[in-house]
Amino acid sequence: MSTHAPSPDLTFFQVAKGIKSWIFTVDHKRIALLYFYSIVTFFIVGVILGFLMRLELIAPGKTIVEAHTYNQLFTLHGVIMIFLFIIPVVPAIFGNFFLPIMIGTDDVSFPKVNLLSWYLYILGGVLALLTLVVGDGPPDTGWTFYAPYSVKTGTNVSIAVLAAFILGFSSILTGLNFIVTIHRLRYPGMGFFQMPLFAWALYATAWIQVLATPIVGITLLMIVAERVFGVGLFDPSIGGDPILYQHLFWIYSHPAVYIMVLPAMGIISEIIPTFSQRTIFGYKAIAYSSLAIAFVGYFVWGHHMFTSGMSGPARIVFSILTFLVAIPSAVKVFNWVATMYKGSIDVKPPMLYAMAFIFQFLIGGLTGLVIGALATDVHLHDTYFVVGHFHYVMFGGTGFAFFGALHYWFPKIWGRMYNIQWANIAFTFLFIGFNVLYFPMIILGMMGMPRRYYDYLPEFQMLNVISTVGSWVLIFGMIIMIVNLINGYRKGAIASRNPWGGVTLEWQTKSPPPLQNFDKAPEVSEHGPYDFK
Amino acid sequence: MDTTFVLPNSGHHRDDMSSKMGMWLFLFTELLLFGGLFLVYMIYRFKYHDAFLHASYDLNVWFGGVNTIVLLASSMSVAMSITAMQKGNIKLSKNLIWLTIIAAGIFLVIKSFEWSAKFEHGLFPGMEHYNSMGNGERLFFFLYFFMTGLHALHVIIGAIFLYFIIRAIQKQKVRQDKYMFLENGGLYWHLVDLIWIYLFPLFYLIH
Repeated sequence: MSTHAPSPDLTFFQVAKGIKSWIFTVDHKRIALLYFYSIVTFFIVGVILGFLMRLELIAPGKTIVEAHTYNQLFTLHGVIMIFLFIIPVVPAIFGNFFLPIMIGTDDVSFPKVNLLSWYLYILGGVLALLTLVVGDGPPDTGWTFYAPYSVKTGTNVSIAVLAAFILGFSSILTGLNFIVTIHRLRYPGMGFFQMPLFAWALYATAWIQVLATPIVGITLLMIVAERVFGVGLFDPSIGGDPILYQHLFWIYSHPAVYIMVLPAMGIISEIIPTFSQRTIFGYKAIAYSSLAIAFVGYFVWGHHMFTSGMSGPARIVFSILTFLVAIPSAVKVFNWVATMYKGSIDVKPPMLYAMAFIFQFLIGGLTGLVIGALATDVHLHDTYFVVGHFHYVMFGGTGFAFFGALHYWFPKIWGRMYNIQWANIAFTFLFIGFNVLYFPMIILGMMGMPRRYYDYLPEFQMLNVISTVGSWVLIFGMIIMIVNLINGYRKGAIASRNPWGGVTLEWQTKSPPPLQNFDKAPEVSEHGPYDFK
Repeated sequence: MDTTFVLPNSGHHRDDMSSKMGMWLFLFTELLLFGGLFLVYMIYRFKYHDAFLHASYDLNVWFGGVNTIVLLASSMSVAMSITAMQKGNIKLSKNLIWLTIIAAGIFLVIKSFEWSAKFEHGLFPGMEHYNSMGNGERLFFFLYFFMTGLHALHVIIGAIFLYFIIRAIQKQKVRQDKYMFLENGGLYWHLVDLIWIYLFPLFYLIH
């Protein structure tokens, strides 16, 4: 950077002012905040779309929108929530902000590439929104763009998949940057096994981002090619193979669900030791389990196609591999719980979110095994059960970890503290709302209600009403949370360096950190990153 | 605080190892991008074996063969330019990069002859002759245009990359003791070569 570094007395907010100092910044902390504001914007759009879908389902038949509009709603909800929210949310915001600080350096290895990835994100986001206003409106295929419907529908599939392609590229660049950063920029004396577990989780995630994303990129380009040139790649009426599309799509998109959840698990591994004031139980087991999930996660994609034509032996192998993923996941859960055992637990908002994560991830994970088993999957495939399972892992897991991380690192990022009591109230609404919203989906699916239907039989109404009411409670909690955080940002009490008593390196520097991250040499404990003595 | 503390390991410092590692990771993503296409090729080669065989006779082995030699030679010249730079022979290094760029040009010219012949025969997706063929032949020619087209795009990007390296050498941003940009350019160029080494037999040679 510049030869005369700014004084470490100034925070990274204070070193430069004006819009240009933000949109052309190469500071990882500012890029993280650029990501934060853009991702949260898309998240709110996605929440509104989800809210509308739930409102439509409060009664059978048409309630507020037509069937076609409903199809577009769930597609856009999926595309925004998957590609614009949950894939980048943890790595691009908290990874960008805290990975360099936690390993004791001043930036990622390629600061300019980091900024480029944000621009690609914005370009992808703009393209996704463009589908709303041009041509025949947003795609109505579902976020999976299954062929042959996706090559035949008149809606804006081409623009949407190009958006996903560009967002994939943005994700690759973030992953590439993190791998090199972790290999090359650790503070002297910090080996791989002295790194915080959040860094380990990001490392495992980054490899998936780099190695899986290109496959979906090329697959989505093939969809565009098929639409433009009318080639029979995936459309069986002209010689293509629609199952091949599903394979190619899930070769990426199944590992991608681990891109979504692994960094969240890293956050939980940070929060729990801090609020138990106890070193993490089974550090190496958690570190290795991240790599194991990333590795085994590559070979399970076939479980999305158990009912769509696959040989018996292939199904058995995919099912066994799917069950194997449960082992490293369970290793983590047991280790988190064991860390709390005999710790001095301080139930602050971040800890509440972490505990909610464990509870909801447990439900999400176990329902995953139900659909990973061959016999039960035949019954539950494409039912509302799958929607319930997925949201328990993604929202109940990663979403809650995101809220937890926000409450955990809020004082470090903005240097102020939010109101703890209001944060607890918001959490209560979120937790109750979430479970009331999604648990009925699991039951409805077992009763036979299909997913992605805009109408349903009258006997499903009771549970659908409960679920919709849950969405209101959830959104109410979210509003309280956002207002509370904004208030904290504007006039909260000034936060100290280390309000929670954490021991990872980010708590050794000022809040907010100076541009070069540290105002004095960080002390790396030789007893590992969670040395609470 | 008046002590100006400086971190020993900055992301803004020069680190050759980081640049090289970043490039290798990027090359992995490129390989997987083409890997998806190779997978699709393999599936349809099995499914439409006879049609693929029949269609492949329409490709001119001479065009493909000469292009293979051109690309292999260019890979050698770019590798030699790196060695020349390491030995401090700036002028030779620059000339060898120019040679590589010229080879890229020759490759593209031959490719465009080859493609325009296919266009004349109406073999491009959407053309009349193309539409009258069977599903297998159509897939073959689609994959041919898609994969060699994507590869040609990489040739163009690689050549532009190399041109920027020449500019950097002129501005002395690439020097004998600082040649990572050149080395990464060479790595990228080898990737372009490597992918062609697989494309050539798959489309032209397997009978």
